[in-house]
Amino acid sequence: MGDYHHGPAKGLSRWLFTTNHKDIGTMYLWFSFAMFILGGSFAMVIRAELFEPGMQLVDPAFFNQMTTLHGLVMVFGAIMPSFVGLANWLIPMMIGAPDMALPRMNNWSFWILPPTFLVLASTLFMEGGAPAFGWTFYAPLSTTYAPPSVTFFIFSIHVLGLSSIMGSINIIATVMNMRAPGMTYMKMPLFVWTWLITAFLLVAVMPVLAGAVTMMLMDIHFGTSFFSAAGGGDPVLFQHVFWFFGHPEVYIIILPAFGVISQVIPAFSRKPLFGYASMVYATASIAFLSFIVWAHHMFTVGMPVAGELFFMYATMLIAVPTGVKVFNWVTTMWRGALTFETPMLFAIGFLILFTIGGFTGLMLAIAPADFQYHDSYFVVAHFHYVMVAGAVFSMSAGIYFWLPKWCGRMYNEAMGKTHFWISFIGFNLAFFPQHFVGLAGMPRRIPDYALQFADFNMMSSIGAFIYGASQILFLYNVIATIVAGKPVSDEKVWDGAEGLEWTLPTPAPYHTFETPPLVK
Amino acid sequence: MIQFSDNATVDIVAKLVAVTVAMFAFVFVVMVPLYDVLCDALGINGKTSGQAYTAVAATVDETRSVTVQFLATNNQGMPWEFGPGTTAMKVHPGAVNDTVFHARNPLPQPMVAQAIPSISPARAAEYFHKTECFCFNQQPLDGESAAQMPLQFIVDRDLPRDIHTITLSYTIFDVTDMAGGAVATR
Ligand code: HEM
Ligand SMILES: [Cu+2]
Repeated sequence: MGDYHHGPAKGLSRWLFTTNHKDIGTMYLWFSFAMFILGGSFAMVIRAELFEPGMQLVDPAFFNQMTTLHGLVMVFGAIMPSFVGLANWLIPMMIGAPDMALPRMNNWSFWILPPTFLVLASTLFMEGGAPAFGWTFYAPLSTTYAPPSVTFFIFSIHVLGLSSIMGSINIIATVMNMRAPGMTYMKMPLFVWTWLITAFLLVAVMPVLAGAVTMMLMDIHFGTSFFSAAGGGDPVLFQHVFWFFGHPEVYIIILPAFGVISQVIPAFSRKPLFGYASMVYATASIAFLSFIVWAHHMFTVGMPVAGELFFMYATMLIAVPTGVKVFNWVTTMWRGALTFETPMLFAIGFLILFTIGGFTGLMLAIAPADFQYHDSYFVVAHFHYVMVAGAVFSMSAGIYFWLPKWCGRMYNEAMGKTHFWISFIGFNLAFFPQHFVGLAGMPRRIPDYALQFADFNMMSSIGAFIYGASQILFLYNVIATIVAGKPVSDEKVWDGAEGLEWTLPTPAPYHTFETPPLVK
Repeated sequence: MIQFSDNATVDIVAKLVAVTVAMFAFVFVVMVPLYDVLCDALGINGKTSGQAYTAVAATVDETRSVTVQFLATNNQGMPWEFGPGTTAMKVHPGAVNDTVFHARNPLPQPMVAQAIPSISPARAAEYFHKTECFCFNQQPLDGESAAQMPLQFIVDRDLPRDIHTITLSYTIFDVTDMAGGAVATR
């Protein structure tokens, strides 16, 4: 597998015009990290304002812009593109393909993202300020009462939806058509499986999101009344359309994370993944169920009792395949020859904290109880346990796991472990107390709060600052590895790692699997 | 130009693009109408029919009477004076009843309003028939003028016996900007 012909082009044009899946993967990863820092700095503004009761740093209007942009940037700018980056790097290497099926479209789906987020961030400087209606942009807040910048927001959502759809089509085409001989579906690594299913979810629901913002656009500029009661529309319709996208979206975020964890845990347990087939079926059933539970976000809008019950039971049903997965991960570790390098620490952190998030999800799924929890900090705690300790922790695990393969250099293990422990402590300090203030009645998306919530909020803010700071250490570690890490040349890097990507030379050459490997 | 590696790829891309387009269309041609149909069929949201009721006159059930209460609310930023002529009426199911709401535009410029009805309890919505209602149409008013707006309704004889009070609430919206446009009314 010699790199006998051309390597990467030189200079800026390499990155602008590249169609190489590794280059594009790298760009996605760096871009998403930049967005992670941007969204994180918005979070720091939020936590700084909430450090003490009363209004200190920002005015409420700006605070609302911060919560909105924080959510949008983290979901659409940080988490989703980061997993697309991983997919680009890894899927061809895992299935024995030379590249993605549609390399030029791949370039486009990346390069339309940075300008889009530039537009979204620039709304902060527009008259009337940035969108301030929350990342869920409920109408009529986002239509009748929206700032003028909402049009730019709608445009951004359209473009990033397009980017996601192009990326997904590419992934599906790659997985379906470019597997090496002998790589049957049931031999594919779980990361490939979870991404295949995620890509189908994206193709199914991103157009629904596009539909929702299109209706907003028409209501705002073209006199229709989809969401305006005055013209015969209904704001509740917005919530149905949004969550029909929104709930599958949360699984779009978490399924690739499941995939990463399913690669990391067996490697450091030195055992094959327990229950491979059941993992595949569990992923597929989660994806299917995610389409019929959306109204658990809307228990309080005044649904008929039959609706409340249906969505309550359907939601609880999702806990079954999710439980299967957690069980399989734990069983994989059972009696394994465990070691605790940084990727494994993040994977175990994921396992524990994601499970907590799943349990709080079950609490929220109890329709009558949700009337108390809804729109409180309890919900904020729930989704940060599943999205930060779920998706972001698994992303950290994945970066530490594959970085040595990518660049042929080892990261600093001590620094990696420090990053993990600081993240773990900071994260829990930030979000665990939010369960308590939420149950005690503190609403979400609020710049000031009653005095009895003061101590827990201060803890939360300190935890958030610690978690934020630990990411600087991560950035430093990654850069230090790339420029001056200890070289590694073992193909496997990790003795327990299995899969085609670990049969390639380290660092992975610019072109790989130009002749497909034979999978037995 | 996008380059395709082979026919299988072209095929799968074509299918997925079709799914994308279909899901976008799904929002408009399935979700929106289905939502309205379901709300109507289940009588949720307390929405009443947007058309005048034209069924043949039924006999009046004088054995019981139902209290119908009227509420009027201004949507945020709507400056009109708007209220019911009477706040409550006792009616027999099956009987045709008349009442009025009054509205006054205090501003110097002409405006157009739309009233949106809602019934409580929502269960009663399908038994509350309006044979004539100002809410079927938009209501224009010249500056500083007033109008009496008629409402004629029948409470269905099949109204469940445990319902003794029905509240009909109107919210009035300023639709001057969208008036004349293709707005659906209800
Ligand atoms: C066992 C699994 C889960 C269950 C039963 C569950 C249940 C729920 C329920 C009922 C709510 C609505 C709470 C309310 O607004 O009152 C909710 C909110 C939320 N969940 Fe989950 N959830 C689960 C897993 C996840 C996962 C895996 C993610 C994402 C990775 C996630 C992300 C979210 C988000 C983002 C929200 C809040 C959305 C918002 O209003 O801003 N959940 N969850
Ligand atoms: Cu959900």
